[in-house]
Amino acid sequence: MDENLTVERSRVPLTKEDFVSDQMVKWCPGCGGHAILSSVANVFPKIGYKKENFCVVSGIGCSSRFPYYVNTYGFHGIHGRANAIATGVKIANPHLSVWIATGDGDSMAIGGNHFIHIIRRNVDLNILLFNNQIYGLTKGQYSPTTPMGSITKTSPQGTIEHPFNPGELVLGAQGTFFARVVDNNIKMMTDVMFEAARHDGTSVIEILENCVIFADKTHELITSKDLRDDHQLHLKNGEPMLFGKNKEKGIRLATAGLEIVKIGENGITENDILVHDQYSQDPGIHLMLAKMQPPAFPIALGVIRSAMFPTYDDMVEEQILNAKKSATIKSVDDLLNSGDTWEIK
Amino acid sequence: MTKKKNNVVEKDEVVVKFVGDSGDGMQLTGTLFSDAAAILGNDIATFPDYPAEIRAPHNTIAGVSGFQVHLGKIKIHTPGDLCDVLVAMNPASLKSNLKWAKPGANIIVDADVFEDKANEKAGYKSNPLTDGSLDNYNLIAAPITSMTKGALTELNVDPKTADKSKNMFALGIINFLFNRSLEQTFKFFEVKFKKKPVFINVNKTVLQAGYNYAETLEAIKTTFNVSAAKMEKGTYRNITGNLAVAWGLLAASERSGRPIFLGSYPITPATEILMELAKHKSLGAKVFQAEDEIAGICSAIGASFTGSLAVTTTSGPGLSLKSEAIGLAVITELPLVIVNVQRGGPSTGLPTKSEQSDLMQALFGRNGEAPVIVIAASTSVNCFYYAYEAAKLSMEHMTPVILLTEGCLGFGSELFKIPKVKDLPAINPPIAEANDKNFKPYRRNDKTLVRQWALPGTEGLRHRIGGLEKENIVGNVCTDPMNHQIMTDLRAEKVEKIADFIPNQELFGEKEGDLLVVGWGSTHGAIFSAVDELQKQGKKISQTHFNYIMPFPKNTDKIFKGFKKIIVCELNSGQLVNYLRMKFPQYQFTQYNKVQGLPFVVSELKEKFNQILKEK
Ligand SMILES: Cc1ncc(C[n+]2csc(CCOP(=O)(O)OP(=O)(O)O)c2C)c(N)n1
Ligand code: SF4
Ligand SMILES: [Mg+2]
Repeated sequence: MDENLTVERSRVPLTKEDFVSDQMVKWCPGCGGHAILSSVANVFPKIGYKKENFCVVSGIGCSSRFPYYVNTYGFHGIHGRANAIATGVKIANPHLSVWIATGDGDSMAIGGNHFIHIIRRNVDLNILLFNNQIYGLTKGQYSPTTPMGSITKTSPQGTIEHPFNPGELVLGAQGTFFARVVDNNIKMMTDVMFEAARHDGTSVIEILENCVIFADKTHELITSKDLRDDHQLHLKNGEPMLFGKNKEKGIRLATAGLEIVKIGENGITENDILVHDQYSQDPGIHLMLAKMQPPAFPIALGVIRSAMFPTYDDMVEEQILNAKKSATIKSVDDLLNSGDTWEIK
Repeated sequence: MTKKKNNVVEKDEVVVKFVGDSGDGMQLTGTLFSDAAAILGNDIATFPDYPAEIRAPHNTIAGVSGFQVHLGKIKIHTPGDLCDVLVAMNPASLKSNLKWAKPGANIIVDADVFEDKANEKAGYKSNPLTDGSLDNYNLIAAPITSMTKGALTELNVDPKTADKSKNMFALGIINFLFNRSLEQTFKFFEVKFKKKPVFINVNKTVLQAGYNYAETLEAIKTTFNVSAAKMEKGTYRNITGNLAVAWGLLAASERSGRPIFLGSYPITPATEILMELAKHKSLGAKVFQAEDEIAGICSAIGASFTGSLAVTTTSGPGLSLKSEAIGLAVITELPLVIVNVQRGGPSTGLPTKSEQSDLMQALFGRNGEAPVIVIAASTSVNCFYYAYEAAKLSMEHMTPVILLTEGCLGFGSELFKIPKVKDLPAINPPIAEANDKNFKPYRRNDKTLVRQWALPGTEGLRHRIGGLEKENIVGNVCTDPMNHQIMTDLRAEKVEKIADFIPNQELFGEKEGDLLVVGWGSTHGAIFSAVDELQKQGKKISQTHFNYIMPFPKNTDKIFKGFKKIIVCELNSGQLVNYLRMKFPQYQFTQYNKVQGLPFVVSELKEKFNQILKEK
């Protein structure tokens, strides 16, 4: 994919230190946020834009403290509104590389409306969705992504709500880029963030984040040492979808949907395994991948979808350019004197 | 037929009201008449009045749409109270508007449509044209529908088009009544229907037919003449308040060099501003129709962070939704213009009617100590200047500004003497320079207490701001008790200091007297007219009208001091008056209020003022 040429690049090579802020990071020790911060500090210098051209916007939540911890232009907003604020930042100045840090409460509950609409519009920016399946900052109430039945501070008998799967929401809103990562895989996080930066359009990265205090081990089924090989499918574009300790299992497209098969069993070879095409315009397979949940399926990690569609901000610039070319009204004086006017002498 | 002679009466001013069913084209008829009057040199003020429903049931009171124009050879201050001429195209519109006609007024109706069924639908028990109920008026019952059809027989137009051009027949009658030639209106047709020449011909024919009919009609014994007003030299146009707001903002953007960004969500009566700005991409306007009001203001705050003249436009219910975000702009000390075109409330209230009931919300409707500038336009034309001023104060003082206008100002129109952008006051936002070693997010100008605007993308100024309280000067997150006190005080003082940068409060009349009449917003014209008449009768009465409400102009107290009594007149239950009681406890304020979705009429004000002047 083409890099976003509207953002000016740095003339000097940058390092992680260029993006470390002087503020004390106040997340709990062991919080998934630390690894996410580290990945961002890794990837920003790699992306290569001038350091002044990064702008990090957030809402409210533990996750939304993020802007204070990276040394860029930063804006810490109000609860749920990060996506709306960032939309204004990007439209007003398309020469910025805009990053949003937001939580599952921030973007799935109070800010759900802005989340689906930013995606639908395909504004060119990057959303880091810290999904710890809990309200961290307010100390442990359930969120729209908390698994059904979970006991939390506001669900002493277990939640009775069907949780959102953010990936389904993104694709349902016609998302052009969706990736999923786990917070204990910095390498994958960094790679995925790099791809998100290169994608023209709204890139959503769902980060399965561990909140050690209020929802510890909520992603255990995915992240634990014993289970992760069987429960994680690492997607790579153009490669077959194999997983398991020895890559002995794979995903096959059957008439009824996706199914797990074993290489060598019933005559299955690698040729039967689905090959990942993240660039496909059609989101059909991407949606099936996004929906896979353990224990029945491995969870799909990496870039699930990265399709090219026109971006909102590009179209804004284009309309303005075209209007300027053909307009008879070129100044406010022209405007004031347009239409019916008359002279009194 | 011979031309009949009639009396011509010279008039200083007249009020004409066009009413009919929503589909009768009354807005167009009224606009054509008032535009022509303006071009002929009259001063004018207009007020359209239409139902909230797009297609209310045919021939019902709910479906009545109206357009009132006040024209004169003298300065016109309001769209007028009672009308001298009422054009009513159906029974329902006559029924609901007769109360607005002066005794003896000319009433022009389409006699063809006053048949039993329509009369009954309008609530008439008998035919008002024949039952004597209009005896105190000069009734001109013209068979408009049939005459229009007749006039068009040769042109071979379909019945629907014929029906639709009835309003031009009425306009022809009116033009005769005011001794106006049809030339100007013909010209309008030529422009308006350039792409559909058939309509030029149809409308011209019907207009002329109406005129000719009136000329031969016995019922018109007297015609009026309203000569040209003495207007200042210059180029003029007609402008509505909503258009004026949009253009004022565009002018501020051009003059300040800051690109304009509007984040907004449609809502009556503010939507025209959004639609107007959306047209002007050639002037660089970035207009974002958001998913709701919250996204509207939040996107504007994001744009403001990057250095745009950021605007959000709305009406009452939308302002409620924006409250939390206005606080964010307060604490981040970013410029932001919030335009609230007030309508009747609470909740959905009266969407198409005017009210002044959001003042308290504008002043105080936020959590925490969150002062913002509050200014209010008072005429459709000065919507342009106050929108410009809102943008200027907002950017120069790094603070949100709430500009209050009202539905009647937004929809109403007046003559606008077109200014030159270069003659408007300069706007100098405090933009931080690249690599300024001394830059700190909350370092302030000593005199104004204004912080600098450091735009993302600028070298050497990376910083973070947000909704959490920040350490004075440095800008780091800070919960220190004394720091919060300091920051709270600074934010308030910064806004108070703006009193040093706004004009003095003006007084109409003597500096001392028996009664001072205070108002704000759209009521200026009605109050002015009432006070002016009483002054001419020798009463010791003066008027002061507020456009700057937070902060008040510095001389406000001095003005109050000169009067024995002060009355505050508002289209709400008493919002400015209670704010004044809080700010100026040394004075006794009486109040006059009305919450009916209607403007003040001059007569009710005069009566009230006389009553107070009499009380000892
Ligand atoms: C308008 C508003 N409502 C509620 C809150 C309280 N609040 C702050 S953060 C939060 C939930 C945060 O959860 P999430 O977005 O998942 O972030 P996390 O702390 O888990 O990273 C809530 C309810 C608020 N700050 N503002
Ligand atoms: S409460 Fe949870 S989410 Fe918040 S900082 Fe602590 S571990 Fe992280
Ligand atoms: Mg959370």
